[in-house]
Amino acid sequence: MDIRQKIIKRAVQEIEDGMYVNLGIGIPTLIANAIPEDYDVMLQSENGLLGIGAYPTEDEVDADLINAGKETVTAVKGASFFDNAESFAMIRGGHIDLAILGGMEVSENGDLANWMIPGKMVKGMGGAMDLVAGAKRVIVIMEHVNKNGESKVKKQCTLPLTGKAVVHRLITDLAVFDFTETGMELIEIAEGISLEEVQNKTEASFKISNLQMKYSD
Amino acid sequence: MKSKVMTSFTEATADIADGSTVIVGGFGLCGIPEKLIGAIKENGTKSLEVVSNNCGTDDWGLGILLANKQIKKMVSSYVGENKIFEQQFLSGELEVELTPQGTLAERIRAGGAGIPGFYTATGVGTPIAEGKESKQFEDKTYLLEQAIVGDFALVKAWKADKSGNLVFRKTARNFNPLAATAGKITIAEVEEIVEVGELDPDQIHTPGIYVQRVLLGENYDKRIERRMLKGV
Repeated sequence: MDIRQKIIKRAVQEIEDGMYVNLGIGIPTLIANAIPEDYDVMLQSENGLLGIGAYPTEDEVDADLINAGKETVTAVKGASFFDNAESFAMIRGGHIDLAILGGMEVSENGDLANWMIPGKMVKGMGGAMDLVAGAKRVIVIMEHVNKNGESKVKKQCTLPLTGKAVVHRLITDLAVFDFTETGMELIEIAEGISLEEVQNKTEASFKISNLQMKYSD
Repeated sequence: MKSKVMTSFTEATADIADGSTVIVGGFGLCGIPEKLIGAIKENGTKSLEVVSNNCGTDDWGLGILLANKQIKKMVSSYVGENKIFEQQFLSGELEVELTPQGTLAERIRAGGAGIPGFYTATGVGTPIAEGKESKQFEDKTYLLEQAIVGDFALVKAWKADKSGNLVFRKTARNFNPLAATAGKITIAEVEEIVEVGELDPDQIHTPGIYVQRVLLGENYDKRIERRMLKGV
């Protein structure tokens, strides 16, 4: 199983029946396909839809119905449409149970950087800063190290922040960490990965007081 | 109520002067006022300050005004779909103010509602907080963000009646109702115009008080940025 699928498989366990959830653009969007079919979960799209459905058939394609990634979608039964002020009142007002976003860097105090690389063209933050500031629970999913093998789990983020001390849980291909009042804590290690490997590939300092489980791919 | 319906897109946009601030509805290419944008291109209006979540693509939406060098400044949350944008930004021709999407929506809403500013936790501790006042409320820090009012607002709705009541369709609503409230003059283009009284008052999204001009657009292009299909 590839790294993406492994992360998705672990991340989907964070979604509970009955939740209102916002999945970020890119890999987080793919988590939708892994939600158990008997779950009643409403997915929010910040451009103005609560209740994202599957991609449309050729006949169902509607230019007036897209998700935040500008992809054509459908709406589920019980869905609602609204304007962007309403959409972000929902987000900022703490009504979204869970937001799952991608990350470039996460620091040991729960800072997230995921919108801009200095020296490269700035595309913009879209709704990411609002989501991390407003959702009840914020989970970041990302690969543990970058292409050069350097840790993306930092003492301090080197990239400009999306939010300060906003991440509740980080899920990577190697491990799961929680961010609490007392700091960053390793809570799970992926199957086949040693604690030593996690330590070697993590720049951030973290505690291990309650390490319980391994997750498999 | 006197009819607000006009027939010429050129006439309806003729008084948008060079240097105007124009709030434009739409998200990506969804729910954009494509005929009004086309008319502004034909009018050749210059140095516009455009407030809109995105800036179209290289050849559609607000991107055509950018390609024609009619935009001086963009206030947006995401501009990653546009190469011309990048060129003009890097050469210094184009000024950009990036604003988080929810903050942008609320700044426009506040502008239309007569609220000059508001506090939000969005962006605290990030580059967008630089130079902004902050304040503590119950141990949490919030940024002061200012409202936006436009000289004009351009919106796209599904239906209107002749007095300017508007109904939007699906996610094409996006920023349009907010933009409509925040323009000193709001111009709406729609796919169908009905007589006053034909729209159910319970179903109106934007009351006509916010809308000064209504035009019927024909043969909508409604381009799709990412056509995704089930099982493909």
